[in-house]
Amino acid sequence: MGKNSLLHLFWTFFKIGATTFGGGYAMLPIIKHEVVERNGWIKDEEFVDVVAVAQSVPGAVAVNSAIFIGFKVRGYVGAFASMLGAVLPSFIVILLIAAFFVEFTNYKIVAAAFAGIRPAVVALITAAVIRLGKPVVKTKYNLLLVCIFLLLAAVFDVHPILLILAGAGVGLVRHYRQNKKASEGDSA
Amino acid sequence: MIVLQLYFAFLKIGLFSIGGGYVMLPLIEKEIISVHGWLTPAQFVDIVAIAEMTPGPVAINSATFIGYQTAGFWGSVFATAGVVTPSLVFILLIAKLMQHFYQNRWVQAGFTGLRPAVIGLIASAAIFVARTTLSDLTAALFAVAAFLLLTFTRLHPILVLALAALGGILVYG
Repeated sequence: MGKNSLLHLFWTFFKIGATTFGGGYAMLPIIKHEVVERNGWIKDEEFVDVVAVAQSVPGAVAVNSAIFIGFKVRGYVGAFASMLGAVLPSFIVILLIAAFFVEFTNYKIVAAAFAGIRPAVVALITAAVIRLGKPVVKTKYNLLLVCIFLLLAAVFDVHPILLILAGAGVGLVRHYRQNKKASEGDSA
Repeated sequence: MIVLQLYFAFLKIGLFSIGGGYVMLPLIEKEIISVHGWLTPAQFVDIVAIAEMTPGPVAINSATFIGYQTAGFWGSVFATAGVVTPSLVFILLIAKLMQHFYQNRWVQAGFTGLRPAVIGLIASAAIFVARTTLSDLTAALFAVAAFLLLTFTRLHPILVLALAALGGILVYG
């Protein structure tokens, strides 16, 4: 099949989706290898753009990059084929697990395994908070913001969507005020 | 129609999943558990674990799983379609119209502000999961051990979960 065929696009992202665990940043080097080095669909410096865009819109980075690269190679159908490829491995695997999960947990050994796994999930999420938080809470201002948002979410049960919008709003207001200050400084 | 409800619930979740896969967790907790009651907190924790242990993004994995649990095969199709719809719309718009929008100073300022909110939200999801799972001392010890392994060794999270499973079988089996 041709290098730019829809099937090849689909297959490439299918392979990427099937072999990357945990999602996100772990798959970026693999995506890069496939789309830049192996297939030459985009150039090295374009890949940086793809990643930046994929991270700055909603959704999973892997799915976003697949759509973007698919579009660059073959337009709308290419975007769709690549997206399908990126999504299908997860979809199939999870469907199989979900179909048998309730039956699985009837086995004593599976129930025991999950009794061990559940507390580990707390650790997993806490570790993610620390990993993501470290570069952000370098300033006292950001640390304070994190605490306020945590309080609003955990204690006051504010809807996460509201908090995400509020966060973006805080960033915009701060930028506006800094801009204003800078221009006042210029005119003085 | 429950499949349409699933589609729109996951569209909403997908639309606000900005800044990494785990942002979904507080959104799922709110929309799927509190608002719709499609999932119990314990099921939610199991799904997070399974999503982490299987290939692919957490977003797709949890949408497929929750969709299936709620409404069978078509539930998983609609939930997954919902969660990728925002990706499709945004990426195609950007690819077509404004490839350099992320370099815009206002967009970057919005993102800078978003990050503390996202971290606060994920931390709140950690508290929610802790409340659900840490019911006794043994469970708390499991959590601490897993945390130490994740933080101080270079073990892959999947291996840590596998060890936790093994520990569970030894202790509870």
